Amino acid sequence: MDPRKEFIKQLRRYQKGSISRRHFLGVTGLGTAMAVMAAEIPGLRPRKAWAAGSIGDKVSLATWPNYHDPKDFDAFTAQTGAAVEVSVFGSNEEFLAKLQAGGTGWDVFVPTNYTVSTHASLGLIEPLDLKKIPNYDIAAQDAKLIKEGTVDGTVFGAAKDWGTTGFAVNTAKVKENPTTWKQFWDLTQSTYSGRVTVHDYQLTTIGNALKYYGYSFNSNDEKELADAEKLLMAAKPHLFAITSDYQPAFRNGDAWLGICWTGDGKQLHRDIPEINYVLGKEGGEVWTDFYAVPKSAPNREGGYALINFLLDPKINATEVQFHGQPSTDSRTDKLLPEALLKDPIMYPAAELLAPLEFGSAATFTNPARAEILARFKAA
Amino acid sequence: MREPRKWDWTAILLISPSVAIFLGLLVMPILVVLVLSFGERAEAGGYQAAFTFAQYANLPARWAAFRNTLTLAPLGTIICLIAAYPLAYYLAVKVSARNRLLLLVLVIVPFWTSFLIRTYAWIFILGGKGIPALLDAIGLADVRLINTPFAVLVGIVYGYLPLMVFPIYVSLERLDKRLLEASDDLGASPRRTFLQVTLPLSAPGAVTGCMLVFILLMGEYLIPALLGGGKVFFIGNALVDLFLQSRNWPFGSAVALSLVIIMLVTVTVYLRMTLKNRGLRDQALV
Repeated sequence: MDPRKEFIKQLRRYQKGSISRRHFLGVTGLGTAMAVMAAEIPGLRPRKAWAAGSIGDKVSLATWPNYHDPKDFDAFTAQTGAAVEVSVFGSNEEFLAKLQAGGTGWDVFVPTNYTVSTHASLGLIEPLDLKKIPNYDIAAQDAKLIKEGTVDGTVFGAAKDWGTTGFAVNTAKVKENPTTWKQFWDLTQSTYSGRVTVHDYQLTTIGNALKYYGYSFNSNDEKELADAEKLLMAAKPHLFAITSDYQPAFRNGDAWLGICWTGDGKQLHRDIPEINYVLGKEGGEVWTDFYAVPKSAPNREGGYALINFLLDPKINATEVQFHGQPSTDSRTDKLLPEALLKDPIMYPAAELLAPLEFGSAATFTNPARAEILARFKAA
Repeated sequence: MREPRKWDWTAILLISPSVAIFLGLLVMPILVVLVLSFGERAEAGGYQAAFTFAQYANLPARWAAFRNTLTLAPLGTIICLIAAYPLAYYLAVKVSARNRLLLLVLVIVPFWTSFLIRTYAWIFILGGKGIPALLDAIGLADVRLINTPFAVLVGIVYGYLPLMVFPIYVSLERLDKRLLEASDDLGASPRRTFLQVTLPLSAPGAVTGCMLVFILLMGEYLIPALLGGGKVFFIGNALVDLFLQSRNWPFGSAVALSLVIIMLVTVTVYLRMTLKNRGLRDQALV
């Protein structure tokens, strides 16, 4: 089989979730390669020019793994004539690093709440022209979830969805029914040594190590961070992997316990019911992802058209059912099946949500935290 | 007769593209990295002009990555050499001319598909449902292979073996067979002939193969990332982290420059050791 066909085959497998994502596409540079290949996928090739030439023939989207239903991109292409080039990344640092270095060619990307103000203050993203996104009805959004999309009264991000950071447990293997971060880290260093994954992402991995001691997820206190580093270093020999791409390890049965985002938890549980998603009782993270337009966007109009398309409640509802992260948009919720709206993974109980914190910009940009994670990985 | 001092414009013209490429793609980037390595990390990441040796003073923080690279890269090279030599010998000396082409093609075939995808396959072979499951079936329970230094080594040997096979094959294939007959006529045993004739004459190929594999391995990123699970860390992985996660360009530059220096020193020492007193230095490295 020629490499190109093989690649597309692998790409389709990745889209179905049967093989891994982050390393496959992001860090290896294949994110870019994928963008090139996207032009080769017949489904993404322009079929019908709608308002020909108005938004060009391609829109470039930088996003997270397993985060969109490919069929919705096909529908966008059918409607507008513009193909969607997708590149996939696994951390907010990567988005920022690439935008700072310049020349990304992205028209749209998906930063998380606590990074919007940093992108805005560095002049990397533009204030959104809301007239071009009529489908983003701010009145219909959950106000407390979307507030960080607005910086000093200017809207820079249109909310995509929200979620939490907890841990996945394979209940067929892990019998202790852990419900706290304390148990998570203790079990990691004892019974389930070699079966645990943590994110390759300072914010969540350090944040949830801080929760072991009952500190704030956002702590930037030197002593508290030193405690967290000590815990991470002690846990490291017991980890199966340090990766934000943990679904394959769980699906393969290699990992039984691991830091996990809502959507991954939902997708794993959907396919393997004994894998559960748990929020630590001490708290942890709640987050919102936003669509934003880089100032350097080569095809702004296309970017806006794509955001508007994906935020159409009908399309958004199919997206939510695909990726398993709850929507911020009440109009979208009305179109979702009743069972999904009662799903305890997507909509955790109020007492579990209450102690969760939004990540802060200072947590995200703290160089000391970046260095702790780097030392932890390099140890 | 041409004046020796006179500008030879044809030669200058012919050599200028190479010089431009050399300056633009090698000298310039290294100078940029050198300058960056004396700077400071800007507030939000990136580079801020400064003159400090702080980045170099911080190098021990990446000791584990240097140690992993400097142990697994030579180890991988040696295993590749041990595995490749018999294969190359068989291909060059033993196999019939008819089958040789077919076998050579088989060595090349893996290159027809992406290295990434082939390495990916090893995740499944070494993962819980691969070899460990087979071992479990024959009674060896709970063997873990993936995300260990062993898995990284397997990936290295698998990925780099062909790079070692070909230079050795070429040097063995060029070997003058009459020398072997002469050795035999003079009463040497096949073993002695191999040790005193074949092996020394194929050394340049082995040296070239080792250099190819070792230099590429020193910068390896993909195999440790995929088969080491983020736990077996090479300098390459540390660099990606520094530039793409913590956005610490100055420290990243210092690490990168140190890698280049270590590589230059190692390769120079290695070449001196292997080529000295063997009269091989004049021979072209395949």
